[in-house]
Amino acid sequence: MELLLSAIDVLARWDVLLALTVGSVGGVLIGAIPGVGPAVAIAILLPATFSMDPIVGLTVLLGIYGSSMYGGAIPAILINTPGTAVNALTTYDGYPMTARGEARRALSLAYSASFFGGILSIICLILFAPVLAKIAPLFGSREIFLAALLGIILVVIVHRGRTLIAAALVGFGIFINTIGLEPVKYSKRFTFDQAFLSSGVNLIVVVLGLFAISQAFYLLQSDDEKIRLTKLRGGLFQGLRELARHPRVATVSGSFGVLMGMIPGVGEFTAQFLGYTYAQRTSKRPEDFGRGSSEGLIASETANNAVPAAAMVPLLALGIPGEALTAMMLSVFYVHNVVPGPQLFQNQMDFVVALYIALLILNVMVLVFLLFATNHIIKLIKIPNRFLGVCILTLSFVGVYSLRNSMSDCVIAAVFGLIGFVLKRLSLPVIPIILGMVLGNIMEVKLRAGMARVKTPFDFIDRPVAMILFLLIIMVVILHIRRVIADRKELKEAKWSNKHASTNFGIHLSRRRDYLSTERGKVVRAKHLTSFRQSTDKSSQQ
Amino acid sequence: MTDKSVEERRFPAPLRGQLLFAVIFFVLSLFLLSQIGDQTKWVKKTSFAAQPRFWPMVGILLMTICTGLHLWKLPRRRINIADWREAKKWFAVIEFGIWFFVYVVTVPIIGYLFATLIFMPSLSYRMGYRTRTPLLWSVAFGFGTVVLFKSFLSVKIPGGLIYEYLPSALRSFFILNF
Repeated sequence: MELLLSAIDVLARWDVLLALTVGSVGGVLIGAIPGVGPAVAIAILLPATFSMDPIVGLTVLLGIYGSSMYGGAIPAILINTPGTAVNALTTYDGYPMTARGEARRALSLAYSASFFGGILSIICLILFAPVLAKIAPLFGSREIFLAALLGIILVVIVHRGRTLIAAALVGFGIFINTIGLEPVKYSKRFTFDQAFLSSGVNLIVVVLGLFAISQAFYLLQSDDEKIRLTKLRGGLFQGLRELARHPRVATVSGSFGVLMGMIPGVGEFTAQFLGYTYAQRTSKRPEDFGRGSSEGLIASETANNAVPAAAMVPLLALGIPGEALTAMMLSVFYVHNVVPGPQLFQNQMDFVVALYIALLILNVMVLVFLLFATNHIIKLIKIPNRFLGVCILTLSFVGVYSLRNSMSDCVIAAVFGLIGFVLKRLSLPVIPIILGMVLGNIMEVKLRAGMARVKTPFDFIDRPVAMILFLLIIMVVILHIRRVIADRKELKEAKWSNKHASTNFGIHLSRRRDYLSTERGKVVRAKHLTSFRQSTDKSSQQ
Repeated sequence: MTDKSVEERRFPAPLRGQLLFAVIFFVLSLFLLSQIGDQTKWVKKTSFAAQPRFWPMVGILLMTICTGLHLWKLPRRRINIADWREAKKWFAVIEFGIWFFVYVVTVPIIGYLFATLIFMPSLSYRMGYRTRTPLLWSVAFGFGTVVLFKSFLSVKIPGGLIYEYLPSALRSFFILNF
């Protein structure tokens, strides 16, 4: 109770409340515009938050992070285009509902499910915080190194079918992080005798390039689409009642969100996938999924909104960001000399709980805002793509230039913008680069510190937490190898069945049958049959 | 039915440009690998994990080996017309990079406000928004951005050189706010 009161005391300031309002409303608006997304917004706003108090700056960013998914559901449901990447699954059931004239119901259900997911996650974590405070000090340098390594491995293997290139991009991130002056021996690494590379490549510059500038390039290069919006009539309160009819789906999907959010490198997509699959398997009407099922919509929205609060756990407790957005937030901590990790959980627990309460208030504010303002927000969807690209490029300048007023930073950001654009065109992931940079840095520092007290390799994993993490890494790698072998086997079978001579003959026969059963085929066959009959008639006549 | 192989059909991303990207990335990795002796140091009496060369080596080796394997496992290993078309799109974007660079260069000279008020409508015009309404919107957005970031949030963007020619009272106002 004392902890709760001191946490409320941290929040009871006009600037924090203003930050909460700006963050939550801004996040919804940003999420509602397809093509912007929280990553772009956070990247642009990051340098502006450096001059603020840590709690104020973090509240703004957390507000954008936590509320953007609410907004992202709007275009996903109304025009079949997810506002943020994680709303992609919402389109599966949201848009079919709009198509059959139930847009209001779908939106209301999405808001209610998101709200439930958010609140469930925060309550879980507030209850879980004392346990976490006890576990966090068990993490020393070796454990943090192993947790970061596990995060990197998970980031790579979640990109199924693209794991090799994802691993290469992680390597690229690790390499970029090493450019500049090495902090212990003070030797230059890959500076090519260029002064601007001596101070290294700034994470925020890379983030702005890969997320904001690349998105601007992508939009500038795309075409404007004509969007027709459905007019919403009536209230949006029925979703809460409908959600109450599916408590099991909502709770299980929310729990997936909480669990997956806490594991570095996994995040919203896996949580949604698990929640959606569970909902479909246990539903009485699984055939409705993908065709406007309310359960499907609840599962995806609850799971993705439960992630932001949970994703703060590895960041706050261990200083390990699980994905790009929390990686950006880590830089806000560093700028203010607040080092997230076990020490933060031990010494500044009120700060941690204050962040969770801020998230709780934020969810309520967002829901109230959306219930009354949706009719106006949907107009944002109509902003043309290329105009949006111009706006993002202009805003990106503030983010990059205000960091150090450096022209070379702008050039580096533009280069990363081009790299991000190419990766986007090729549907290759950008996040491994960011996590490679952040986790690479953590791994470098922690391995050096951890190895100082290690004599034999086994000493590295002789503590219980280190051993558990090591076994987890081994298990994850073995599971991945098994999946790769299974995929290869499946591919071989598919190739075999396609190339085999008998199958080719079968395909030939089936094509022939298809041809003969068409109208034209019937006519030709009838002709042939007639001529054949005539000939037999002739022979019989002869 | 297309004449794509099973691997091509199962590849979870568009194939156009993949090969070009992988080749460029692989060449970059090999170049970095060749420079590792020159660009990093091996310090005596220092453990392996604490060597300044260790982490760049980890990153570059990961890049080289994984890109090499990715290249080997790509379903199509011959560059075709679709790859060149894709590369053309990559190069086309450089134009916007130049726009951005010109904007960056002009800000310290003519000031953040004027540079933005010129950049926003010019690029909007270039993108095909040539009627009055979008151009006015672009000016309004540019002005709003400057006021929000420079005047309210006080982000660190230096005043333009031309502000020196303003009367002293106006000069400090412009340097602080625009």
